[in-house]
Amino acid sequence: MNWIDFTTKLLAATLAMGTSLTYATLGEVFTEKTGILNLGMEGIMLMGALSGFATAFSTGNLYLAIIVAMIVGASFSLIHAFLCISMRANQVVSGLAITMLGTGMANFLGQRLGPASNKFNLCGMNLATKFDNIAIPGLHKIPVAGAFFDVSVLTYALYLLIPFAWFFMYKTKHGMVIRSVGENPRTAAAMGISVSKIRYIYTVIGGMFAGLGGACLSLSFTPSWNDGMTGGKGWIVIALVIFSAWNPGRVVIGTLIFGGITSLQFSLQAAGFEMVIPTQFLAFSPYLITLLVLTAMTIINQKKKGSYASPAALGTSFAIDDK
Amino acid sequence: MRFSLEKRDSKSRKMTILVPILSLLLSFLLGAIVLGLNNANPIQTYSAMAKGAFGSQSKIQFTLVKAIPLLLCGLAVGIAFRLKFWNIGAEGQYVSGAIGITWVMQFWTFLPNWMLLPVGILVGVIFGAIWGGIPGVLKAQWSVDETLATLMLNYIIIGYAEYLYINAWKAPRGNMGTVRYPEFAWLPRIWGRVHAGVFFALILVAVLWFVLYKTRWGFELNMIGKNQRAARCQGVSIKKNIIVAMLISGGIAGLAGAIDSAAVTHQLTKGVDAGYGFTGIIIAWMSGLNPIVSIFIALLMAALETGSDALQITLKLPAAMGEVLQGLILIPLLAGTVFTEYHLRIQGKHKEIST
Repeated sequence: MNWIDFTTKLLAATLAMGTSLTYATLGEVFTEKTGILNLGMEGIMLMGALSGFATAFSTGNLYLAIIVAMIVGASFSLIHAFLCISMRANQVVSGLAITMLGTGMANFLGQRLGPASNKFNLCGMNLATKFDNIAIPGLHKIPVAGAFFDVSVLTYALYLLIPFAWFFMYKTKHGMVIRSVGENPRTAAAMGISVSKIRYIYTVIGGMFAGLGGACLSLSFTPSWNDGMTGGKGWIVIALVIFSAWNPGRVVIGTLIFGGITSLQFSLQAAGFEMVIPTQFLAFSPYLITLLVLTAMTIINQKKKGSYASPAALGTSFAIDDK
Repeated sequence: MRFSLEKRDSKSRKMTILVPILSLLLSFLLGAIVLGLNNANPIQTYSAMAKGAFGSQSKIQFTLVKAIPLLLCGLAVGIAFRLKFWNIGAEGQYVSGAIGITWVMQFWTFLPNWMLLPVGILVGVIFGAIWGGIPGVLKAQWSVDETLATLMLNYIIIGYAEYLYINAWKAPRGNMGTVRYPEFAWLPRIWGRVHAGVFFALILVAVLWFVLYKTRWGFELNMIGKNQRAARCQGVSIKKNIIVAMLISGGIAGLAGAIDSAAVTHQLTKGVDAGYGFTGIIIAWMSGLNPIVSIFIALLMAALETGSDALQITLKLPAAMGEVLQGLILIPLLAGTVFTEYHLRIQGKHKEIST
């Protein structure tokens, strides 16, 4: 295999995997910008993957599947929003609880779904139809970069969504409202902004995108259902938010790098590299690299205080009558 | 009608006890709804779970054996949580401990027989402490996010353990798992399947209770968790305490891994990442980070696990029901904790009721 072919294939695999991560990371960026940390991503993505798959499996309608996954994602993050915003629960523990509940529910429902008369066991099932790649005539033949023009609808949608999300966050008045709620909720409240309402809205929207991200896995990347099929991607998302420095425009850099490392690791395994490096080492390498990059980024962020810092009120609860 | 929360003058003692109990009941009710929606009879299911967990002497023993590593992991997580250091890596620290003891059992054969077990457990503790210390140092030195660091370290060590029992340390026969530890180095059993690990766990509960509630260091840990700035003003070193607490937290999780390996599996093999570390998080939070209360929560969690294993056999329900219930348990508790510090105020059109 020549290098151009190899790189093109690697880029294609990276885009396929990165799509799921990008949706979820975008969602979490918006949630965290308002000051709410949602560590429930892993559980929400898994529920999105399951509900999307179950819908597509029983109806064959992929777009309906996407909608269902987004609704399920929204409802799970609504629990988180209720606990953290209305009940002032600890955001870290609440997020962990959502992850545990989502993982447990997805594993349970994956083995037993629907009424007793026709129970499904979805484990190991495959989809008959999936989101196929659509090649743009001409463009997709460009070496390497052609991979960008031979992707699924889900990825094409991101080409529009990312610039839009950046514009929305930094160039609109509403974007400023979101940022002010995460940076200084007290001032925002004094200006007449309902902090709780904004936090509720973007926690739920974040969950919708996480559900969609999960569905990308089970409807396009590996069109099947398996217990725990997200394999920790929900946690990677939390790290990717830090890499993006909470900027929707930068999200794609992190997802491409992480997607790239993971895909490279798969192709190395396929190419028989496990004779040199054991399979298990290749398998955990993305997590090791994530840890190293996270450490490096944190040190850099501290030196460059300012544009790389996290929202000041991230992880804290806010009530207007608190003293 | 309007609802609002109003701060109490002091923490309500009544609510501190009432909220966890009501939450537990509520979570079982929520679980019943999940079961009902899936056409399973909740009463039948719960009684099958209770029978599976406590139905006979050997079942009680199984539950107790599960409760030992769970309790230890709950204690481990609880120490870190006291400083608001979110250690979700007890799972990895547990696996690290299991690797440590297996290393001694396999390669330290120059030791006299009687020393193999104590040295093995000690090395397991040290391995766990190292795996917990890394994120502690990362946090203390460079404030690297500990939730992610501990979680990534989980994936790394679990992958490494897999490499050991499938490749490097694999026994000549079979396709996975190390050679079994020599029988004289097993942790002895004291009642049926229940092993001497119980003593380790209970002694540790007593020691931790004393240290956390009766010593200056325990007081310092609490202060760091509640108000970092105040702690710093008092001259408490936050960096040092984070590292020390994480060494201890990791060490206890490592102890759990070493004990379970020495008493139950007698080898390093598939299933070493049984999720005890994650359940430990629930135990720590449900118990309000109190070591003594942790005993009861650990027993409850163990019962949920052995009980749901039985579901698969008796009712043909997926064992994942146990995971669902464990996940559900924290949610009402998280919602209810607010009432220990706040009143609920319901403002109607004319009257005001406060509870």
